Amino acid sequence: MQVPAPFEYERAESVSHAIALLERLGDEARVVAGGHSLLPMMKLRLAAPEYLVDINDLSDELGYITVESDVVRVGALVRHAAMLAHDGLAEHFPIIRDAEHLIADPVVRNWGTLGGSLCQCDPSEDLSSVCLALDAECVITGSGGQRVVPMADFAVGPYQTAVGEAELLTEVRFPIRPGSSSAYQKVKRRAGDWPVAASGVAVRLDGGTVIDARIALTALGVDDAVDATEALVGRPPSEEAFAAAAAIATQVSRPVDDARGSAEYKRHLAGELTVRALRSAVSRALSTTVN
Amino acid sequence: MQVTMTVNGDEVTRDVEPRMLLVHFLRDALSLTGTHWGCDTSNCGTCVVWVDEQPVKSCTMLAAMAGGKRVRTVEDLERDGVLDPVQEGFMQCHGLQCGFCTPGMMMTARWLLDHNPDPTDGEIREAISGQICRCTGYSTIVRSIRWAATHENASHIETAETAGSSS
Ligand SMILES: Cc1cc2nc3c(=O)[nH]c(=O)nc-3n(C[C@H](O)[C@H](O)[C@H](O)COP(=O)(O)OP(=O)(O)OC[C@H]3O[C@@H](n4cnc5c(N)ncnc54)[C@H](O)[C@@H]3O)c2cc1C
Ligand code: FES
Ligand code: FES
Repeated sequence: MQVPAPFEYERAESVSHAIALLERLGDEARVVAGGHSLLPMMKLRLAAPEYLVDINDLSDELGYITVESDVVRVGALVRHAAMLAHDGLAEHFPIIRDAEHLIADPVVRNWGTLGGSLCQCDPSEDLSSVCLALDAECVITGSGGQRVVPMADFAVGPYQTAVGEAELLTEVRFPIRPGSSSAYQKVKRRAGDWPVAASGVAVRLDGGTVIDARIALTALGVDDAVDATEALVGRPPSEEAFAAAAAIATQVSRPVDDARGSAEYKRHLAGELTVRALRSAVSRALSTTVN
Repeated sequence: MQVTMTVNGDEVTRDVEPRMLLVHFLRDALSLTGTHWGCDTSNCGTCVVWVDEQPVKSCTMLAAMAGGKRVRTVEDLERDGVLDPVQEGFMQCHGLQCGFCTPGMMMTARWLLDHNPDPTDGEIREAISGQICRCTGYSTIVRSIRWAATHENASHIETAETAGSSS
């Protein structure tokens, strides 16, 4: 039987209360949101915080999805299931529905949150790549106020983020850019499993020319967005350009052999999934521009 | 710490360690052993119950986190001696062999049918995709849930027809 080590439990009543608790309890305190990454780690004693601060009651403050003219704001406590179901998110950022549909299983998706996913910062976690591809910004709140960190600077390393000890990730902002679209392609061994590898892509077109392209890889040992500007930007989208971008993705990948697959197979996936995601993102961008 | 929650309509309060998982709270503190406990790693889904009307793997939630919330377990499917159509379906279509996965399967199935009364086989398979059955090969589970959907629709239609003919 797996049981976490003993800890004390506190329930936050507001964001400011959560931050005050974290400040008072110090570096042995951890936030619990959906708990679907943290509790398994605590059961395995890979994490043993002395205090847990439960933020699940903060859905009024952190549970919103707001579509504005140039940005979509999503509160950190929004659950996977709500991200999957939201038509406004899917319309502007189809990559989100692509990815959410393949994250864990429907029961886990009822509880796991956007904030928990990004703060867990597991190299196999899908939403970090989605947010990186979409050039999202993270709003981090502490007692001194808010700061905004681009997704590119959010991950400090595996399981480490820019969020300080007495801070919360409160919001993720997704910029809406005309002429853009996006897609996510993932291979997993079976339903409900983590990815063997995945590739997320966002492209922006102007008059039939790619003017921006962002590629983010999951479970492939790459933390930063892949720079495929040379292969894609300033040209019309084509199979040759996709193949050149895929070659770059394959080249920068640093996968490891594990139970989910060999490094060689994962490197193959890096290229193939990038091509598929590019095809899909570009065809979506073209069809929305035409309409 | 004191935890109070509503379980199957009744308010319960127990003194528990904060680290107690909801599945153990239900089984050990409340003796509601209908909820099973299997993999302990959030994978098998036999521990699925509802918390505030959302299915959750109860091995992956603290009892403390369910404090103040409404919990529903498999024991609540039967009402006044009448089986839920989902339970009836599992009986009619051999939806279980050893029965280990069954409580979680039925709680997810009930939730699915409440939100999507006429699911396709694909939608049923998707809904139970976080749950493992080592016996049936899933086909009879899918059939059982379809049986429940049909049965519920049939009884709704019957009610509608009766209402129609009497007017
Ligand atoms: C069976 C299973 C399969 C899964 N498969 C996948 C998969 O395929 N792809 C995938 O991406 N994920 C997968 N997950 C992980 C799932 O998406 C988790 O829900 C998610 O990673 C964490 O979200 P959470 O809300 O549960 O976070 P928690 O477990 O509550 O927290 C995770 C970490 O983030 C911190 N934290 C949480 N919220 C905040 C906040 N607002 N501010 C600061 N820190 C915070 C916590 O302190 C903790 O360190 C799977 C999980 C399970 C159990
Ligand atoms: S015991 Fe909870 S998912 Fe298996
Ligand atoms: S009936 Fe035996 S595990 Fe499903």
